[in-house]
Amino acid sequence: MRAYGRTALGLVIVGVLLFPLYWMFNASLQPSGALLKPSPDLFPVAGTLDGYRAALGTQQGHLVASIIVSLGTVAVSLAVAMPASYALAQLEVRGGPVVLFAMLIVQMIPGIVMANSLYTVFGHLGLIDSYLALILADSTATIPFAILLLHSFMMAIPKELSEAALVDGASHWRTFISIIVPVSRNAMVTAGLFSFLFAWADFLFAITLTTGQTFEPITVGIYRFLGNQSADWNGIMATAVLASIPAAILLVVAQRYVVAGMTSGAIKD
Amino acid sequence: MTSQRAAGLAFLFPALLYIVVFFGYPLFNNLVMSAQDYTVKSFYTGDAPFVGFANYAAVVHNPMFVRAVVNTVSFTVGSIAFQFTIGLALALFFNDRFPGSDTLRSLLLLPWLLPLVVSGAVWRWMLDQDHGIVNAALRALHLSHLLHPSGGPVPWLTSTTWSMPAVILTNIWVGIPFNLVILHGGLRAIPDSLYEAAALDGANAWQRFRHVTWPLLRPVTGIVLMLGLVYTIKVFDVIMVVTGGGPANATQTLTTWSYGLSFRDFAFGQGAAVGNILILAATGFGVLYARLARQSMDAA
Repeated sequence: MRAYGRTALGLVIVGVLLFPLYWMFNASLQPSGALLKPSPDLFPVAGTLDGYRAALGTQQGHLVASIIVSLGTVAVSLAVAMPASYALAQLEVRGGPVVLFAMLIVQMIPGIVMANSLYTVFGHLGLIDSYLALILADSTATIPFAILLLHSFMMAIPKELSEAALVDGASHWRTFISIIVPVSRNAMVTAGLFSFLFAWADFLFAITLTTGQTFEPITVGIYRFLGNQSADWNGIMATAVLASIPAAILLVVAQRYVVAGMTSGAIKD
Repeated sequence: MTSQRAAGLAFLFPALLYIVVFFGYPLFNNLVMSAQDYTVKSFYTGDAPFVGFANYAAVVHNPMFVRAVVNTVSFTVGSIAFQFTIGLALALFFNDRFPGSDTLRSLLLLPWLLPLVVSGAVWRWMLDQDHGIVNAALRALHLSHLLHPSGGPVPWLTSTTWSMPAVILTNIWVGIPFNLVILHGGLRAIPDSLYEAAALDGANAWQRFRHVTWPLLRPVTGIVLMLGLVYTIKVFDVIMVVTGGGPANATQTLTTWSYGLSFRDFAFGQGAAVGNILILAATGFGVLYARLARQSMDAA
């Protein structure tokens, strides 16, 4: 009986802490007029999909831009981090510990410093407003994380596995592709999911490295939507709900990877 | 095996190249920029005169500097104190298994996974002075007069008094899941046998927390607090979306100020200088933490 009391209390806690998400959902379904009443409606009784229509109408391009940037970031991050982690975990590279320590430290550099600097660099290269610039900038945050995560996973792969392949005459590259990559699939999924999520959520690089002339990711879309004089909360909250979908999917589909990813970002080894 | 060493370097090469090009060069570039009069014109002419420490002098003598430092400190301390305390309380609560404990705990991760712009937008809507749910709730509970002398709606986002609490509140909400997960992991690692022994000795719940949980959790506590510090000191999205650093710079921190200098005033040199000061502060805290950790380890 006491256990169920805990469950009830747990439900209350979750209800309170996740209330803002319910409130976002509620507002996304209410007509703008209803949102401006003195006492708000707790449920979207007279619901409308207008907000979603407005969101899809005006934010579609931003959503597509975010998908391209996020997938690109996943590709670049894994392409760089997978071989590096293999080298650090399975082959004895000199200076390996230094590289790992550097990965931990660079994650502490404030994003604004990177943004400031990358803006001038990409400016000279004519890359402002390009997908490439955003993908490369977002990768600065995801690559160190992915290397730490994949490295700690690959440390657990018995060296005999790759050594056996090498003895059989396979090249290092062949060993990497046909042994290490398949065995590391789960860790790759985790690193990939987090890279996607980071790039999807990025706002700082998105707002500094694009001018809005060619494209803008969804986070900047929401920001500009918010800045409108006539704040259309129904449309903004519908856009916010759409922008939350990847996070929600991740939580439902890959729950155990999430905790693994969170802790490996924080604790080395 | 030399071939193995060569292969190792080959596999590591893309990452090394990336570090040098995308971390090494930008950091170096930022250092150079902070010593230059770098403006929009510099982009076209390629000409940015060297000015030594002039940017740092300009920044430090700007009245905004002290303000930004004070705001950064209050934002950081306020956020971390509550995130940590609430996160620890929740970790302890969910550490006892009960039906649904795992599912409920993982639902609490959602705020951490959401884009910060989304969280910021939601809170901005909830804290709206006239139509926000927070003021509606305060009104319904007859608490408005406690926060606002007139008893009217609290101007969360438009007053210099309430905007800082508003952004801190938002950031606390964002940060609770991280504290919860890491501290929960730390609690899980404490062997049950220690609690059983303490219970046999007749220790009550508080004594068990004070003499078993807290000392054994200390390494994890240190990590959580240090990472919290490093993350919070550079928060950008939450403040930009909820208040934009306003009103009247009441929520301007070193990060948002650096952004404003570079991308609003186009004084890239000064923006870089503030960024470097931010790095210095973060590194300083890191060193301080390392020293404290070592001292407490020596003392133990």
